[in-house]
Amino acid sequence: MKKVIFKHDECKGCGLCAAVCPKKIIFFDKSINPNGFHPATVDEQDKCISCGFCATMCPDLIITVRKEV
Amino acid sequence: MKTVFEKTKGLTDKTFHYCPGCTHGIVHRLVAESLVELNVLDKAIGVAPVGCSVFAYEYFNCDMQQASHGRAPAVATGIKRVLPDSIVFTYQGDGDLASIGSAEIMHAAARGENITVIYVNNAIFGMTGGQMAPTTLIGQVTTTSPNGRDPLTDGYPINMSEMLAQLIGSTYIERVSITNVKNVKHAKKAIKKAFENQINNKGFSMIEILSTCPTNWGMTPLDSLKWLDEKMQSVFPLGVFKEVK
Ligand SMILES: Cc1ncc(C[n+]2csc(CCOP(=O)(O)OP(=O)(O)O)c2C)c(N)n1
Ligand code: SF4
Ligand code: SF4
Ligand code: SF4
Repeated sequence: MKKVIFKHDECKGCGLCAAVCPKKIIFFDKSINPNGFHPATVDEQDKCISCGFCATMCPDLIITVRKEV
Repeated sequence: MKTVFEKTKGLTDKTFHYCPGCTHGIVHRLVAESLVELNVLDKAIGVAPVGCSVFAYEYFNCDMQQASHGRAPAVATGIKRVLPDSIVFTYQGDGDLASIGSAEIMHAAARGENITVIYVNNAIFGMTGGQMAPTTLIGQVTTTSPNGRDPLTDGYPINMSEMLAQLIGSTYIERVSITNVKNVKHAKKAIKKAFENQINNKGFSMIEILSTCPTNWGMTPLDSLKWLDEKMQSVFPLGVFKEVK
């Protein structure tokens, strides 16, 4: 199961999430979403520490963060 | 797996119309989460301004009213007095609150209205294309101060929090920012406290949130956060300006 999930279609590519990620795992996909932005995403889910920093800074609230329990 | 962060039920599913990286969205979240956590969403009534946040009524999952430019505190006064059990807040930009609405905010504070004011200061008129606001910094380039704000002709920035704190009628005034995770968490605490005050009938609270306008500042979203920290904060220092216990 993924720890960090982005609603890619609603991302505006602002970069605020990527700048605060302590693991530097957020990158911008080559694809272009319906709004014309390269959406932020994470492939290396195992490196995510579920800190929620990305979601705290995302002005558009499109990130959901989950933690292994 | 346990969910540690998801979009609050205090906001609707509608996608914000704000520009990429505009921090209006973060402020919306903090207000909505506070209402949910204090269990007052169902009796909350927000008053939206004129400005980029004019569509706030589409986003907050509670009753909303939209006011004429600058008049939100007067409208909120009416709502709160007629429905004293409701939790009433205004959401206003600096053009709305510090310019055309400066009389309404002053008198609402002076009367000690038991409302919560969310004041989003981005030092510019965002919606109309980046004109100079009363909060624009000296030297700041806007479409109506193309050579930078000149105090000889344009005067000086207005510090609303410091001013309103002087009034006997105000209860709690704090200026916060949202430029990093720590600041966002602190801003949430302040906003929540401002709503708690209203629930406890303590009177007028205003939280001034320093916010970015990457589009009209002509900067990337990340450079805007830096400019806010470095330039805006020296004119608008963070802190509690009034707290009546
Ligand atoms: C009576 C009236 N005067 C002027 C305007 C034009 N106007 C619309 S929004 C705005 C200022 C918006 O700036 P601000 O309140 O700082 O909000 P922002 O858009 O930056 O979030 C102005 C002057 C108006 N709509 N109505
Ligand atoms: S939750 Fe933390 S570690 Fe995981 S992607 Fe977001 S910022 Fe990075
Ligand atoms: S902060 Fe949100 S909108 Fe901005 S790039 Fe990251 S996910 Fe996209
Ligand atoms: S114009 Fe400025 S304040 Fe308005 S949505 Fe765009 S960035 Fe935000």
